[in-house]
Amino acid sequence: MVVAERKPIQEIMEMVAGYNKILLVGCKGCVTVCCAGGTKEVGILASTLRIARKKEGKPIEIVERTLERQCDPEYIEQVADVVERDGVEAVLSMACSVGPQYMAKRYNIPVYPSLNTTFIGGSLEHGVWAEFCQACGNCVIHHFGGICPVSRCSKSLFNGPCGGSSKGKCEVSSEIDCAWQLIYDRMIALGKLDELTKVFPVKDWSTSRDGGPRKVVREDMRL
Amino acid sequence: MKVGSKLEKVLAAGHFAVTGELGPPRGADVEVIRKKAEHLRGIVDSINVTDNQTSVVRMCSMAVCKLLVDMGLEPNLQMTCRDRNRIAIQSDLLGAYALGIRNVLCLSGDHNKFGDHPQAKNVFDLDSMQLIQVVRKMRDEGKLLNGQECEGKASFFIGAAVNPFGDPFDFRPIRLAKKVAAGVDFVQTQCIYNMDKFKEYMRRVVDMGLAEKCYILAGITPLKSLGMARYMAKSVPGLDVPDYYIKRLQGVPKDKQAEEGIKMAVEQIQEIREIPGVAGIHLMAIEWEHKAKEILERAGLLPRPEVN
Repeated sequence: MVVAERKPIQEIMEMVAGYNKILLVGCKGCVTVCCAGGTKEVGILASTLRIARKKEGKPIEIVERTLERQCDPEYIEQVADVVERDGVEAVLSMACSVGPQYMAKRYNIPVYPSLNTTFIGGSLEHGVWAEFCQACGNCVIHHFGGICPVSRCSKSLFNGPCGGSSKGKCEVSSEIDCAWQLIYDRMIALGKLDELTKVFPVKDWSTSRDGGPRKVVREDMRL
Repeated sequence: MKVGSKLEKVLAAGHFAVTGELGPPRGADVEVIRKKAEHLRGIVDSINVTDNQTSVVRMCSMAVCKLLVDMGLEPNLQMTCRDRNRIAIQSDLLGAYALGIRNVLCLSGDHNKFGDHPQAKNVFDLDSMQLIQVVRKMRDEGKLLNGQECEGKASFFIGAAVNPFGDPFDFRPIRLAKKVAAGVDFVQTQCIYNMDKFKEYMRRVVDMGLAEKCYILAGITPLKSLGMARYMAKSVPGLDVPDYYIKRLQGVPKDKQAEEGIKMAVEQIQEIREIPGVAGIHLMAIEWEHKAKEILERAGLLPRPEVN
């Protein structure tokens, strides 16, 4: 999933400082799963903003909604009544950064992101998420025991651990597992260590963001 | 002879090679470089010039290498994959050759998180292994990575770094084998303090026949003080400094620690010379270039051999 986390409240307060009525809109997709921008988080942020603004003597009216997704135009359309007829001055999106971009494309009022989109990842335990993919556009994890060197090695190395690997940890932080220690252990467990003795060739990054913004077109699905 | 650099000639003739290191300054002061370089003149066979070491902005390696060439000294251009993509790397290689640089050291590079600009975007388009392949292709085939012919070959004696003390230890000799397969001619090791571990590494490397396929230069960094020893032990990733050295420096008064550090470096060099498969040393006297001569003299490595 896309993992995100909420921006600091002070930053959000500054974004909406000039408005008296806003739409705060969450998303039931990835950001609900990673507890950053679902119905619950929309409620918490709305209350926090209302209380803070009341204290400042500048109360704010917040309309709360949570959409099925914010990365499909059909769902964005569902708040047209609120945005266009309820006198909402701005939209504060609690989706990953796709959401506010879709909102901005559809509605002619200012749109603000209340989340920082952090990475494509998964949960490690309750309340902890980690990065597992950088969307390079050409998956090669099967060569590395199912562990992605692009996203999980700090230097995206394809040919083994750098000199900074120490006791299973990355030189960048003792909080980061050395991906190459994981790959090495896994390949031994699979009896495939010999595959790591070959030099892995230079990667074609054109399928990654380096080739420009990407698009997937499925001719079989187009109407 | 692949390139005929002085370093290659020394190694090919079977001499025990000595390379030195020069860290460029944070600034544009050429005098700093000239001064450091003069300390190394005549006592090392070639001089590594670091490439924004520890990700701290310094004068660029290639410019400093050119200054050394002009001074009649032989540089080893350190090149990392951290700050340049394959376009910049190949362009720099062509330029380096045009400037008279003949030795290149291919490195992944310290992560920018440690440096003075931790907010920087890093590159890592290639890794060190792939960089070695790029330099070899340029030299042996006269071609760029994309297969296009170069007008005028850029031929380098190809170096790389190895860290026998990084984990997983069992993979380290395999990683050297990969560098050999990729086309490396010589490697310089991380600073050695844990001699037992280094000997074990060399035993495995020699058994795999790697010492015959590339020259292995053992890294030596003299410990200037107890403070430095503690710093190296605690804060430098991938270094292994046994308590023995710390205790030894603790045992001497502060004003005698530098002398003790030199003594230990000399002993290390003498011990390393006895290890099968070691073709030379790489002396990294960090901000201590003026002591390099004394260390090498006492280790019996001066005068340096003349090669033509």
